[in-house]
Amino acid sequence: MIYSALTDLWYGFGVALEPHNLMFCFLGVLIGNIVGVLPGMGVLATISILLPLTFGMKPVAAILMLAGVFYGAQYGGAICSILLNLPCHPPHAVTCLDGYPMTKQGRGGVALGITVIASFVGASWGITEMTFLAPVLVQVALKFGPSEVCSLMLLGLLAGSTLARGSPIKGVAMTVFGLLLGIVGADIETGTPRFAFGMTELDDGVEIVALALGLFGIAEFMNTVNQTAAIDTKYTNIKLRDMWPSKADFKQAFWPMLRGTALGSLCALIPGTGPTIASFVSYAVEKKISKTPERFGHGAIEGVACPEASTHSSVQGDFIPTMSLGIPGDAVMALLLGALTIQGIVPGPQLISQHPDVFWGLVASFWVGNIMLVILNVPMIGLWVKLLTIPYRYLYPSALFFICIGVYSTNNDMFQVGETIAIGIFGYILLQLGFHPAPILLGFVLGPRFEENFRRAMLISRGDLMVFVERPISAFFVTLSALLILTQIFVRMRTNGKSDIIPRAAE
Amino acid sequence: MTQKLGYELALPLKTAILWQGVEPLRNLLTQKKDYYAGGLMTLIGLGAVLEARHYNVGTLFHMGPGFFPIILGVIMTCLGMLIAGVAATAAAVDDDQLIMPKPEWRAWLCILAGPALFIVLGNLGGLIPATFACVFVSAMGDRDSTVKSALILATGVTICGVALFSYLLQVSLPMWRWGSL
Repeated sequence: MIYSALTDLWYGFGVALEPHNLMFCFLGVLIGNIVGVLPGMGVLATISILLPLTFGMKPVAAILMLAGVFYGAQYGGAICSILLNLPCHPPHAVTCLDGYPMTKQGRGGVALGITVIASFVGASWGITEMTFLAPVLVQVALKFGPSEVCSLMLLGLLAGSTLARGSPIKGVAMTVFGLLLGIVGADIETGTPRFAFGMTELDDGVEIVALALGLFGIAEFMNTVNQTAAIDTKYTNIKLRDMWPSKADFKQAFWPMLRGTALGSLCALIPGTGPTIASFVSYAVEKKISKTPERFGHGAIEGVACPEASTHSSVQGDFIPTMSLGIPGDAVMALLLGALTIQGIVPGPQLISQHPDVFWGLVASFWVGNIMLVILNVPMIGLWVKLLTIPYRYLYPSALFFICIGVYSTNNDMFQVGETIAIGIFGYILLQLGFHPAPILLGFVLGPRFEENFRRAMLISRGDLMVFVERPISAFFVTLSALLILTQIFVRMRTNGKSDIIPRAAE
Repeated sequence: MTQKLGYELALPLKTAILWQGVEPLRNLLTQKKDYYAGGLMTLIGLGAVLEARHYNVGTLFHMGPGFFPIILGVIMTCLGMLIAGVAATAAAVDDDQLIMPKPEWRAWLCILAGPALFIVLGNLGGLIPATFACVFVSAMGDRDSTVKSALILATGVTICGVALFSYLLQVSLPMWRWGSL
């Protein structure tokens, strides 16, 4: 088993190192890093803008690039938190707590240096986990029938909507709304147009690019415009030689880094708990077990190393359920699955055997991309710091143009641009009403497959709903789903509706 | 959004003190918001059920195209009522993010007008006028933008955009054209 994973990984390197793929991997991590640094630009918006551009590309190159944007942005996001005290990306919000005090003490360079090391350690573990765990998961998942797939999806949807952030009920409502949006278009079995309201353009369904760009582009811009803080560049003068941590720093950060990595990889395996939760949990744990908890919040290097390692191990681990089971844990993963589907690749347990080049090429590209990112981030730190000063008033209008042309080029149809505007307005209303739109994408991507499998399961069981609890694996997932809901209700009763440690931040 | 979180992390104490005085008012505002939130979800759910009624529902054994939408619509309606119900019974709401910021009508309008102009001018005049108008108008939404800075930005993006999309990626929208809506 281990041997076959290693030979497959070797094959993956062959794919990832093809000049064409290497170039797109580099492009992806570069764009990701830039977006991560730029305050006010989101990973989701960027991936959705790039999505239409990948339609003409080969599936491997497309997925390498889009994935690269996601983990590349995690490297850049820390810079913003540490030097500016701006949590541009939710997973790095907690890094502000100790990263910025370090910057104020003139140790910002060390904080960035240790971040890069911690990130690489975390990512390395996440990738290793994926290499060996994903094939095992697939072995199990290949035995799943429609009822198992259905209950697994139910668990994924519930976890994704209740654990993420904000009110769990609102999260579930958003998921159901996403499922409803996924229904729009011709019914797969009978061809009846559903929820099309007489518009023939909607017969093919809502365009995923239009949905993502409306929600995470236009709505997000409306929310952020004129709200960004002035950027304080007092501490942003970082030189390369400031970045090397001293031996004592490294020693102090070593174990927190490993603990963060372990916690992050655990969080990645629970659907719905992505990098953001991983980083907050690991910060809390590190503070709890520290002999000197009073140093936290005043520039403790552990407070930077631990959450950063945890974020990165969780980011890489997020790909495991997505690529091996076809169940995305969060909106970014849902978007990547959407990209695969557009390329004609059906996500699910059969992906590894049917498209080994995509799966193993992706795993190998994680190694390549992370090494590129370390190289990009250490010597070029001065350039990234300069990017921090680009004002928002230049960013969002340019992004809006990319949104328009991107959505137009998906079908060469201006109708999609209108669709994006409409979704954007609605998305903004949802934001204002305290909904987080990310689960919409989750529901939207899983919806059609959920319905298909549900119908099939009912056909096989002759309309007997008990099939979901009679088959053991399915019963296991249903039990977990029920436990998830019960815990949520229990926690709510106990805390009387007070929020937990996870802050409410949008992408 | 980013700034709000930074605020939360940087000044939690100050915020807490600031809000203590206006607690009753704040409750009213936030709870009202959740009534709207619940109401909207209920409406969506009811709308889905009403629309899906016209499709063939079928049985659990042989599900028609209407079955799944109706189930979802019913769930959505219940969730909407639950959201409103929870808001009515909740003792304290500690999420100050729900309060409406001061409305940014100009910015909102500009951001929406940009893509709208892209549609109109893209159909009437082609890629170049559409791009220019989209960037210029949306840039005017930011309070720090001036006509001059917006013009420079729009020109820059138009040049780069045309080079990238027309020459490199061969998008089917012509650079210039006399079209009609």
